[in-house]
Amino acid sequence: MSIVLALVTAVLFACGSWLLMQRRLTRIVIGIGLLGHGANLLLITAGGPAGRPPLIGADPIDSLSDPLPQALALTAIVITFGVTAFLLALGYRSWQITTDDAVENDIEDTMVARREADGPEGPVDDGEPTTSEIGEM
Amino acid sequence: MSTASLVPLPIVLPLFGAALSVVLGRSRVAQRAISLAVLAAMAVVSVALLVEADREGHVVQVAGGWSAPLGIALVVDRLAGIMLVVSTIVLLAVMIYAVGQGSQDQERVSFHPLYLVLAAGVSASFITGDLFNLFVAFEMMLAASYVLITLGGRPDQVRSGMTYVVISLVASTLFISVLALLYAATGTVNMADLSVRLAEVDPGLRAAFSVMLLVVFGIKAGLFPLFFWLPDSYPTAPGPVTAIFAGLLTKVGVYAIIRTQLLMFDTPEWLGTTLLWVAGSTMVVGVLGAIAQDDMKRILAFHIISQIGYMILGLGLLTVAGIAAAVFYVIHHIIVKTTLFLVAGLVDRRAGTSRLSEMGGLVRSAPVIAALFAVPALSLAGLPPFSGFLAKFALVDAGLDADRWVIVAVSLAVGLFTLFSMTKIWAGVFWGERDSEPTRAPLVGGRLGSPVWMVIATGGLVAASLAFSIWAGPLHELSLRAAADLMDPARYVDAVLGGRP
Repeated sequence: MSIVLALVTAVLFACGSWLLMQRRLTRIVIGIGLLGHGANLLLITAGGPAGRPPLIGADPIDSLSDPLPQALALTAIVITFGVTAFLLALGYRSWQITTDDAVENDIEDTMVARREADGPEGPVDDGEPTTSEIGEM
Repeated sequence: MSTASLVPLPIVLPLFGAALSVVLGRSRVAQRAISLAVLAAMAVVSVALLVEADREGHVVQVAGGWSAPLGIALVVDRLAGIMLVVSTIVLLAVMIYAVGQGSQDQERVSFHPLYLVLAAGVSASFITGDLFNLFVAFEMMLAASYVLITLGGRPDQVRSGMTYVVISLVASTLFISVLALLYAATGTVNMADLSVRLAEVDPGLRAAFSVMLLVVFGIKAGLFPLFFWLPDSYPTAPGPVTAIFAGLLTKVGVYAIIRTQLLMFDTPEWLGTTLLWVAGSTMVVGVLGAIAQDDMKRILAFHIISQIGYMILGLGLLTVAGIAAAVFYVIHHIIVKTTLFLVAGLVDRRAGTSRLSEMGGLVRSAPVIAALFAVPALSLAGLPPFSGFLAKFALVDAGLDADRWVIVAVSLAVGLFTLFSMTKIWAGVFWGERDSEPTRAPLVGGRLGSPVWMVIATGGLVAASLAFSIWAGPLHELSLRAAADLMDPARYVDAVLGGRP
């Protein structure tokens, strides 16, 4: 594996992981994209050093590059593409509903946590938590 | 026609059905007929494959006629056969339930094709003998599940759908990375071939691969500490979809853990101990999480996690009896958990809410639902003579044989908490008086209080779990034979590679 490819893979994974930690779905989508690229690059480099195009008969066998990881990477790219498109659609839907694409806290979790804070005899509030309460959690 | 040529059918049938279902999208009747016919055909094929696998040991079909490891191997051994049969039965029952429900979510054009793609993905994960193909099968299953979980497009579905999709994508990316590293180390992605070649790899590297695959599949299965996404996302999906996710998707993860760890790695002692720790933590955290909840579906979702712990406990013992108990437990769990979520759907529909604090008195107004809940609930808690008791008994027995006292004690204590949790649901939903007016109007129809096919589908699964108790002996024998195969990877390798040097 060439050192440059190894470094690029590492940088892609690092940036992708950092973006994944963000609250905004757009950043998460970019993070997922970078992670996917990192993984695909890893798959390509796993096939060994670059060689001639893998066409039997054109070149001697031992100078050809390994076609299998390329096929695998191609499959993985297609899958990542489809799912990223779906994630973007989900982000758009979220923007339609809340005019924001922040990933919110779970309402049930928030309610359990609040019941805990109020104690067993505390006030029972059946309303859903407001956005500002979610933001505080 | 030999039985081996049936092997691709559980994948091909639902995919063709899905395509046909899209083409005939205008007619809901045609879509329903296609889905039911395809799933029924899958059930027949699966039973035939299980019978053949139990006679022969392994039924192998290599796609494209290339011999393994060049061609993509499809392998049905006893474990895969068992999983296929149980999953298709459950898929069929839930489809009948969904057709009976006929509510808005199921009236969408995309429900039937997606459900069939999900079925194809689940079957492909069980059958495949190729690690990259397992990735593709997972993606097929997950892509369908992403859409199914957000089918209504409601705000809560979008919110929890995001978590679910992102978490699954991260797991998939990790899976690709592990595949790349495995290919770099061994030059193959065929599982049987990997089993041979990994033995020549440095032990430290092998351990790293083993743990990486455990993490990848642990996210899907909901193992501690990777379970956090599960209880937030599953309950928001439409009723039948939650039931099928709860029953099948996490178990596909468990299957993948069992398959890869036992086939490809020599599973040293420390890994078994680690698995037991993971199993114990998963059980305890899952059951304690359930106790804090107020929503019926969320309580049940947390119980999925604690039950996954039991299956990993069986695997962690690393004995034939332990793995047989794990397989036995998976069969019981798929049926019972799906039934419980189907009942939760009935309750939700009948009471207009799934919050315990807002319900009550259903035992008088809907005695049929109460009866349908009681059997799987007691079974989940592990009371005799129901299936859960037999499955837990097999696990405890195997645990005591392996001198793992602590984990056995933990599992019994968790069983007690499960009973507490089920009692809580019973007291909240079925006894007492309704505490407040529901947010939605309850739907009441017919003499049974619910559409008749929904009750029949749920009742069918309850009957299946009772049948499990009656035929527990032969089923346990079958699990033992499956476990003996799993503990001896050479049989699988021989069947796939056919004595290749």
